[in-house]
Amino acid sequence: MLLYILKRVLSAISVVIVTLVASFALFFFAPTDPAGVICGPRCTPERIADIEQSLGLNQPKAEQVLLYMKGIVAGREFSSGGVTQHCAAPCLGYSYTLGQPVTKLIGAALPVTISIVIGGAVVYLLVGILAGTIAAQVRGTSADRFVVGTTLVVQAIPYFVFALMIALYATFLPASGYTSFFENPFLWASGLLAAWLTIGVTNAAAYTRYSRASMIEALGQDFVRTATSKGISRRRVVYRHGLRAGLTPVVTIFGIDLAFQLTGAIFTESIFGLPGIGLLALRAFNQYDLPVLMGGVLIGSVVLVVMNLVVDIAYTALDPRVRLG
Amino acid sequence: MSENTHEDAYLEVTDLQVQFPTADGLVRAVQGLSYSVPLGRTLAIVGESGSGKSVSSMAVLGLHDRKVARISGSIKVGGREIVGMSEKELEGFRGGGAAMIFQDPQSSLHPYFTVGDQIMESYRAHTKVSKRAAKERAIDMLNRVGIPNPKRRVDQYPHEFSGGMRQRAMIAMALVNDPKLLIADEPTTALDVTVQAQILDLIADLQRDFGSAVVFITHDLGVVAEIADDILVMYAGTAVEHGPVKKILAEPLHPYAWGLLESIPALTGDPQPLHPIPGTPPSLLALPSGCPFHPRCEFKDRVPNNHCTTLRPDLIPRTGDLGRTSRCHLKDPDQVFELEVLPRLP
Repeated sequence: MLLYILKRVLSAISVVIVTLVASFALFFFAPTDPAGVICGPRCTPERIADIEQSLGLNQPKAEQVLLYMKGIVAGREFSSGGVTQHCAAPCLGYSYTLGQPVTKLIGAALPVTISIVIGGAVVYLLVGILAGTIAAQVRGTSADRFVVGTTLVVQAIPYFVFALMIALYATFLPASGYTSFFENPFLWASGLLAAWLTIGVTNAAAYTRYSRASMIEALGQDFVRTATSKGISRRRVVYRHGLRAGLTPVVTIFGIDLAFQLTGAIFTESIFGLPGIGLLALRAFNQYDLPVLMGGVLIGSVVLVVMNLVVDIAYTALDPRVRLG
Repeated sequence: MSENTHEDAYLEVTDLQVQFPTADGLVRAVQGLSYSVPLGRTLAIVGESGSGKSVSSMAVLGLHDRKVARISGSIKVGGREIVGMSEKELEGFRGGGAAMIFQDPQSSLHPYFTVGDQIMESYRAHTKVSKRAAKERAIDMLNRVGIPNPKRRVDQYPHEFSGGMRQRAMIAMALVNDPKLLIADEPTTALDVTVQAQILDLIADLQRDFGSAVVFITHDLGVVAEIADDILVMYAGTAVEHGPVKKILAEPLHPYAWGLLESIPALTGDPQPLHPIPGTPPSLLALPSGCPFHPRCEFKDRVPNNHCTTLRPDLIPRTGDLGRTSRCHLKDPDQVFELEVLPRLP
């Protein structure tokens, strides 16, 4: 198990490096003019040369990639106009437009996105799995049809329309905004409630249907009949024997889905004005703020790889037949 | 004597009907089935797929979904009526006084729980004991069904067991509460032939020790000869022949039973072509008129007035042969068997 995790971490690092080089190439070969962006429209050629010198933009591209990677591992120095600034590892450079270290910007934005996505996931997993399990038990009845019909209606509404509806009409909800959990957990939760609700309700529909299908299959299994024949209660049969088996496929879908949720958070962030990674990246994209954009891509790939690893490990906990190696 | 066995019967099924209303019509899976099994005896229920043998046995434990199945008639286990019992009462009854072993131990054991956990759960559902005591009991039971190194095995998952071992574990789970009635639904069908014999011996041994009543469902007549005291041949949801196993295997009275005997390949002598029963079992949605077996019966012309195609035969006791019943219009089935069927048998 430990060896497996070590192997996975090593392969994860190589995935991240490949992503890094690829995105570096993509952005820095683009016909952009970072020094021009930083300096503004009334800029002297000397000033541009100075900026390019300080950011290392006048060096060969391959060297720039190495410099960038060195910055991540060991930190690097930026000197401009005789002043030298040290950017500590993991250094992702400075934002062209905000003048702040990218690491700091991402460090501030990442908890916002993760709070939104995880909180939303808690809502849709709870609602979806519970509704799906109940629908599976009353399969074919009008209650079941009602649940399935509701999920169809909810799924037919585009996600951003739903978010706008909540933002416009659910005015009884506390105002959106981000407060750090460690600062004030209550404000943290109340500020994110609208976002959680949006993500929760729109995704709960899909998860209700996954769980319903998965539970119908699980409850038809021979081992569920065996459990019934032991004389344990129906509740125990459904929630211990059935759900345990029915949950595994849902976890698989959740693992794949989470990646999309992280990128999809950009809608939620912009509608509810939450300063997450999505908003940061969107703004950077519009302003050619390449270091921030690079940082966003990098952190995105790291989060994705980590999430995949977590899901794989969760899988071994769920299904003892799966042995990682 | 007939009266006597009746009173001793631990399991007594009377005029059992199991029906499933479907979009295509009413599926009559079991129609008017009656039998009884006393303590210490084994009844084998034999028949093709779809003959109602599993459906009727699941009804004994009340395992059918009430929303799907319609059950009528009477099933008495140790004097308690099962048909119409509330779900709560059934929970106390299942696995305690009566337990079941299923066909495929691969799919009947939960893949995500350890074998010990599953045995303990069954025990603790009926006996209020600590986890530790339940585990002791589980180890005991594994030992009893012949699983080596039970202390280690108890914490393993079903996928770490071989097929035969899994079925042994399944038997340990069924017997953990000392049930007086054990229903074994084709417990050896999914196993290798060599393992089959071991499992049969095990069930026979345990029955001797526990003195329970056993209902053994199978389609394998070889298994029947080995384990059963009585035999009940089912066709299209009803009993067509019922009686002591030795007599029925030596001289069956129903053409369907003859067909089953003829379908067994001979292991000795020159290879002979098999004589399978022609046709397929009838649809339970639309049973044939008269005797349900008549479309496949080569002797139906022996019965005058087209009785076989128009009149449903009753299950009648054979005169002068206590405890034997058969459902056939033929007047002299013993002679037909001896003169025409017996010479053809391999």
